[in-house]
Amino acid sequence: MTRDAIGQSLTRLEDPPLVTGRGRFIADVNFPHQLHMRVVRSARAHARIVSISTEAASALPGVYAVWTAADIPEIGPIDFREGKIEKLEPYRQPVLAKDMLRYVGEPVAVVFASDAYIAEDAADLVEIEAEDLAPIIEADAAPGVFAPGLSTEAAILNQGFGDIAAAFANAHAIVEIDVKIGRHSGVPLETRGAIGRYDTARDILELHGAAKVPHKNRESLAKVFGRGTTGLHMFEYHVGGGFGVRGEIYPEDILVLAAALRFERPVKWIEDRREHLVAANQSREQRHKIRAAVDKDGLLLGIDNEFWHDQGAYPRTHAMRVADTTCGILPGPYKLAAYRAIGHYRLTNKTPAATYRAPGRYETNFVRERLLDAIAARLDMSRIELRKRNLVRKDEMPYARPLSVLEDDVSYDSGDYAGLLDKSLERIGWDALQDELKARRAKGELVGAGLALFVEKSGLGPTDGAHVRVDTTGAIEVITGGASVGQGFETVMAQVCAETLGADYRNIRVIHGRTDRIDFGIGAHASRATVMTANAVRAAALNVRAKALDVAAELMQSEPAALDIINGQVVRRDAPGGASMSLGQIAGHLRPHSPTRRGRDPGLSCDGWFDSEHQTYPYGNQIAVCAIDRQTGAVKIERYVIAYDIGRAINPMLVRGQILGGFVQGLGGALYEEFTYDETGEPLATTFADYLLPTLSETPDVEVILAEDAPSPRNPLGIKGAGESGIAAVGAAIASALDDALGVSGAIVQLPVTTQRLKRILRELGK
Amino acid sequence: MKQDLTLHVNGRGYDISVEPRKTLADALRDDCGLTGTHLGCEHGVCGACTIIADGEPLRACLMFAVQAEGMQVRTVEGLAKGNEWSPLQKAFVEHHGLQCGYCTPGFLMLATSALEENPQIGDDELRDLLSSNLCRCTGYENIVKAVRAAAAEMEAAR
Ligand code: FES
Ligand code: FES
Repeated sequence: MTRDAIGQSLTRLEDPPLVTGRGRFIADVNFPHQLHMRVVRSARAHARIVSISTEAASALPGVYAVWTAADIPEIGPIDFREGKIEKLEPYRQPVLAKDMLRYVGEPVAVVFASDAYIAEDAADLVEIEAEDLAPIIEADAAPGVFAPGLSTEAAILNQGFGDIAAAFANAHAIVEIDVKIGRHSGVPLETRGAIGRYDTARDILELHGAAKVPHKNRESLAKVFGRGTTGLHMFEYHVGGGFGVRGEIYPEDILVLAAALRFERPVKWIEDRREHLVAANQSREQRHKIRAAVDKDGLLLGIDNEFWHDQGAYPRTHAMRVADTTCGILPGPYKLAAYRAIGHYRLTNKTPAATYRAPGRYETNFVRERLLDAIAARLDMSRIELRKRNLVRKDEMPYARPLSVLEDDVSYDSGDYAGLLDKSLERIGWDALQDELKARRAKGELVGAGLALFVEKSGLGPTDGAHVRVDTTGAIEVITGGASVGQGFETVMAQVCAETLGADYRNIRVIHGRTDRIDFGIGAHASRATVMTANAVRAAALNVRAKALDVAAELMQSEPAALDIINGQVVRRDAPGGASMSLGQIAGHLRPHSPTRRGRDPGLSCDGWFDSEHQTYPYGNQIAVCAIDRQTGAVKIERYVIAYDIGRAINPMLVRGQILGGFVQGLGGALYEEFTYDETGEPLATTFADYLLPTLSETPDVEVILAEDAPSPRNPLGIKGAGESGIAAVGAAIASALDDALGVSGAIVQLPVTTQRLKRILRELGK
Repeated sequence: MKQDLTLHVNGRGYDISVEPRKTLADALRDDCGLTGTHLGCEHGVCGACTIIADGEPLRACLMFAVQAEGMQVRTVEGLAKGNEWSPLQKAFVEHHGLQCGYCTPGFLMLATSALEENPQIGDDELRDLLSSNLCRCTGYENIVKAVRAAAAEMEAAR
């Protein structure tokens, strides 16, 4: 394997340890003399703390210490990742609850013990006395009081453009819907975990079990502990799924570090599943009242989007990003003259919310595509025709609009939305399918087809770097500030390096998630890794290649341009079978004491950087064919097509894997998964028996159309992100298909469409 | 009160001393150092902790270590013979049957027990079997493909 590593479905470098039981996840890591931490959590949704008694817990043999908020007065509430946000400051979550309990699962105290079982026993002995207060469960209810002078409506977000009043005044028709997305989340199979360790000999504080954004988190944590970033390091191990949830800074990360510093002993914390389901970030819960103004041909004149975002008890490290993305990305692939988004960012007494794979897009794709279906029904137009009339055309690219997503102005880079839709329609045989479904419905079956289009976003910059080095045996190391959450990061980076440099990808070791190996890194979030880090790896590999060829040209009495590197060997282009020199030999010539180095910097190694001005916007569509079982309300997915244009796929097998995995998560959010709460704020989904992840039996075959028609002009590799495409429009497409099956446009107004909800809808419709 | 016992895992005896309430999964991980067996729920639902005991797939989180005394336990660490991977291990890599790899040991053990008994397992039966474990990354399709491919190889080798 040499010069054509990009674009190949190569097997993964990550796999060998993982299939042999040699993986190392955070729970597998232990340090001598470590203490185990157990968190005591609030059992109440909203209450004022009267007293916390820790004596009985402290007295248990094996218990080393018990902390409440009073024991860590020096540690403030958890900050936002992107810096200060004045108006949200007073709402931040304390590491341990001080006066108020605001959700079931909130950390109130922590126990440190010599053994995890003892820590758990002791935690049960901590008593919290508190006075219950009325909880706020619904984000769209009247706002309440968070603290004196602070409303639970912590912020109102606004985005928009054009003359919205004129759009509605001139409308041929105004179509309004009121729809909701349920609360669900990433729920990786590995729960969270962290080990704090203080190296007293070197005065370095270490967090083991980092994920997602190690470098950013290092900065935040260094601030918490008043240290320079050189005195705090993050170590990533295998991560059992990220999905946006893992790797944010949570109270537990700060607690293990604080305790490691204070006790000068390693402190290990591993979350259990019940904790995860009440303590890790939840996501998605929004209600949208949205209306569209259209002309008689179905062209969109304006969209007015008011929504209520259920943030849960506190803002988290993301602050308002999901709500803000919701504002900026809602219009999706369609043109419109005027737009207004008003987002009510509301705090409730539930687990705090943040990002989950395709944040703001899973929600808005559902909402917007519901709206498009409603318009089509109102104008008695086909769902396809209406969409086609409104799509941004290929010749209109790049297409900018005065909205922003993640503080980046929205500007779609490339794409042929209508062309890709045609591919899917052809694949599924849309016209013939309609006749077939009509015939089946006439016989009494509840069966229908639906579709949804979406625009994704990926590769937010601005900058990422990488370092590539070759040792004297010819082994190659690629050091990145990226993070791996199981998506195949190492393989993808190795493929890019292999192709650029001219080496075997199996001879490349990829480093990630280690702040002690590289100063900067953007990590793995918002489908950035492939776009940003891969282009940085390419830049570094190009530099190494140039350096290698420069040395080789001198030694081989040739010109760099006359040489090539194939499989780690420098050869003459005109005589590839002739004399050659290995990259390892060249690295030898570049050793500090080597006379042949001739003033060049020592080492066959270089940095490379990549800057990007705007995100890239991959896009796609999904088509579902669904049948409803009248008796049980169960939905069977008969066919599912996902078409996605990724610009350029570095490893198509891995992209497909991302799409399929994302799809099943999307399916969970569409039909099964929901964090429900009773009226007292008690969470009702705290085990896998109540929070239903799809299994293989719920999973249909999915047909994937992976297109590379619109490479991104915004990076030399032409790539766009892959991580969020499979999930993005599943709720939207299934809802559309279920409407069709029921024969009633607008029947589905809420996700997930559980069997209970669907049975109720069937009853109401008299089906 | 800790209890002394010997666990037989992958053909080797481990003399350990554990409290009666310690689960087999924790004992394998903490006391035998075999961390390939993972915990996803400790509740018997996810199957990440699936091992084979006396030929049967079992959830090691639902069993106490003391109950495993005298049983022949197999874990993911015992699947390869030296550097030679089992057909399932190879097939999972070939067919991209894993992403984060957290569920993988459980799926490998579940499928190993089934295929060793019957490599001609039917499609429906196989789907039923694999539906008892959870994976949050792969979307399952490639896991099914991998197991099918391994079954074909094991059948051919019989
Ligand atoms: S950990 Fe044993 S079944 Fe989930
Ligand atoms: S590969 Fe991540 S849970 Fe299965």
